[in-house]
Amino acid sequence: MKIRKLTSLLAATILASGLASAASAKTLVYCSEGSPEGFDTALYTAGTTFDASSKPVYSGLVQFEPGTTNVVPDLAESWEVSDDGLEFTFKLRPGVKFHTTDFFTPTRDMNADDIIFTFERQMDEENPYFSYVEGASWEYFNAMSMPDLVSSIEKVDDMTVKFVLTRPEAPFVANLAMDFASIVSKEYADSLIESDTKSDLNQKPVGTGPFQFVAYQPDAVIRYKAFPDYYAGKQPIDDLVFAITTDNAVRQQKLLAGECHVMPYPNPADVQSLKDNEDITVMEQEGLNVGYLAYNTKVAPFDNAKVRKALNMAINKQAILDTVFQGAGQAAKNPIPPTMWSYNDSIEDDPYDPDAAKAMLEEAGVTDLSMKVWAMPVQRPYNPNARRMAEVIQEDFSKIGVEVEIVSYEWGEYLERSKAEDRDGAVLLGWTGDNGDPDNFLAVLLGCDGVGGANRAQWCNEEFNDLIMKAKTGTQEERTALYEEAQVVFKREAPWATIAHSVVHMPMRSNVTGYKMDPLGGHNFEGVDLAE
Amino acid sequence: MLRFFLYRLALVIPTFIGVSIVAFAFIRLLPGDPILLLAGERGITPERYEQLQAVYGFDRPVIVQYLDYVAGILQGDLGTSLVTKRPVLQEFFTLFPATLELALCAIILAVVIGIPAGVFAAVKRGSWFDQSIMGVALTGYSMPIFWWGLLLIIFFSGFLGWTPVSGRISLLFFFEPVTGFMLIDSLLSGQAGAFKSAVSHLILPTIVLATIPLAVIARQTRSAMLEVLGEDYVRTAKSKGLAPKRIIGLHALRNALIPVVTTIGLQVGVLMTGAILTETIFSWPGIGKWMIDSVGKRDYAVVQGGLLLIASVIMIVNLAVDVLYGFINPRIRR
Repeated sequence: MKIRKLTSLLAATILASGLASAASAKTLVYCSEGSPEGFDTALYTAGTTFDASSKPVYSGLVQFEPGTTNVVPDLAESWEVSDDGLEFTFKLRPGVKFHTTDFFTPTRDMNADDIIFTFERQMDEENPYFSYVEGASWEYFNAMSMPDLVSSIEKVDDMTVKFVLTRPEAPFVANLAMDFASIVSKEYADSLIESDTKSDLNQKPVGTGPFQFVAYQPDAVIRYKAFPDYYAGKQPIDDLVFAITTDNAVRQQKLLAGECHVMPYPNPADVQSLKDNEDITVMEQEGLNVGYLAYNTKVAPFDNAKVRKALNMAINKQAILDTVFQGAGQAAKNPIPPTMWSYNDSIEDDPYDPDAAKAMLEEAGVTDLSMKVWAMPVQRPYNPNARRMAEVIQEDFSKIGVEVEIVSYEWGEYLERSKAEDRDGAVLLGWTGDNGDPDNFLAVLLGCDGVGGANRAQWCNEEFNDLIMKAKTGTQEERTALYEEAQVVFKREAPWATIAHSVVHMPMRSNVTGYKMDPLGGHNFEGVDLAE
Repeated sequence: MLRFFLYRLALVIPTFIGVSIVAFAFIRLLPGDPILLLAGERGITPERYEQLQAVYGFDRPVIVQYLDYVAGILQGDLGTSLVTKRPVLQEFFTLFPATLELALCAIILAVVIGIPAGVFAAVKRGSWFDQSIMGVALTGYSMPIFWWGLLLIIFFSGFLGWTPVSGRISLLFFFEPVTGFMLIDSLLSGQAGAFKSAVSHLILPTIVLATIPLAVIARQTRSAMLEVLGEDYVRTAKSKGLAPKRIIGLHALRNALIPVVTTIGLQVGVLMTGAILTETIFSWPGIGKWMIDSVGKRDYAVVQGGLLLIASVIMIVNLAVDVLYGFINPRIRR
């Protein structure tokens, strides 16, 4: 009897929630993977935070064209670069409105003051917002070397802003499409100073983006609604809700139960069953990342390109894709991912050929080689299980008579120790692109400046370095040609074994339309609709 | 009684100091530098590293950092999260009601089912009923919470569709939290169906979190009852011809409850541990999940502050249990 009562109570609850959901058809629920650290995007570096702040709420001067890494206008209608490559002048879009919310009503449209304030608060210690929350550090702005790069930002007139650089840097415009460059309202910031609630800039965001912030309940729910005066037009959905669900198996159950419409990061092993479900659509795209094994090219015998090449030929990438990526990966032949412009598809990957590899090693005079392979202690998009990957490589290398010892350290230690120029062993690591520019991979990870730092192969090749330095300026066509050539040099010299690019899966309910996957890994709901 | 209370209260002070040291030392003993972890693959220049050390105050001697931390505690300031840049105390009090609500429901469920189950098992000692109750209790006690939670979700939410998968309330209901307790807030909101939705969201996490305490309480009640049922006064009561219900309910149970109350108090610690996993599975926005995330990111302020606050809660509950115990059993007051 009691059980029957309980059952009918539950049935009534479900019926009630079912009816209610029918009444609000234009609410899109996204089961996000974690809580945002805050809402002032520039303070943070995590993708989860960007998804909840810059993507829905803010706009930048420029943006990545949805679904690509091409830089297109956003709040700036157009821009010009001076002949010496040092001055970038942006013409702002007129009539752009900031969000009107319960906590702020703007009295003017977006103008040059907002642009200048956005960047000054990240670079000028005198700015009242420079350290407005304890431990404010503007990490991405610093990581992209913006303090050294930007000499001044000038207001030419209300709708024109000029950035003066200390050196020519073509990727600069792509940097401005990044999340840390989201434009905040100076008027709002000033009003918060008056009410002595500056920290609200990080908790109650006001932007010019497609959705305006409504409420956030930590670790539970974030609510947005479509901004009616968005400059590119009101969004097709009325409300956007992030239901924070950290466990991927639970996210999947919620998606299947219709409690959310879109979920990120499914368990790779479950992707096939999701694809088989007719209520679910699974989109997929290569991630803008690369996982690699970096030899220490300063230590014998790895200073010999022939030895490195031989080892590369001994790695069975298909086995790694099957066991480590479980299908959510793609073999990598170049140091940049295939979705990035200038990717040189004409390059042939080293064949998997243990016999030839063994012969090459002998030719190089290397016998009885034993080496260390460093396995990361953490899971990353470009390497979901480094320990397992190291084991596969260990087995592969043993087939050509190379003995491998697998080592690992705590993650912070690992990153630090692997930088040492006299490091013993080859390091498993990877990189996820920041701004879609090849410079962000090739110069950062393989340039001579990075030796002893992000260049884990400690590889300084003059020919390669000249090419990538030349490519820092010029038109995209000119730069593409240089990068394509640089990739040829890379392949010939083999400072890394390029292992894989991840494949990102995005399961969603079949009635979700207009979703575009972001190669940079963000989750953006602009233009997304729900079919009846 | 007052002296007893003050004595117990005095014992809390050294424990509190000990906990503050352990909490402070624990996260620093773990390998991993929060600044390097924050920088990730992107790396950080030595100059920038030094700047950030100064920003976070890690460049000072550890003992100075500790004293600063203690001085903060005395002023009710537990520092600011390295990750979210929000005050630790503010974050704790935003999330704690969710944990408390879940833990209270779980302990109530565990007591309401655990004690009668234990009593019946003891009374029917050796019967199939006893054996099956104790079998189930042992299974419950050995159940990995994560697996159990997922199993319930897949069966009740996925397969039968009876309960929601996770969260505290349906996303269709939206109101500002007043007390932080969803059951109360949903009633206060006046929105039709909100309370029902909150209850339906509580069912599975409560069952999962109650499983281990329930098993422990049932087993403890059973053995305490068995001991008491063998006492002389029970035999006397029986020979006087008292009704069995009266003997069990009035004479035996009251005495058997003394060790059970202690067990219930000790279960608060277990509940806090269990809450960490339960909250992760059910996306329950409580302090368990918050602590786990913070340990991963070496968010010193949150881990040391959170540990201290959780330890304080456990200490307060145990103090209350001790006092309660004093009421039930006057002998220990001396």
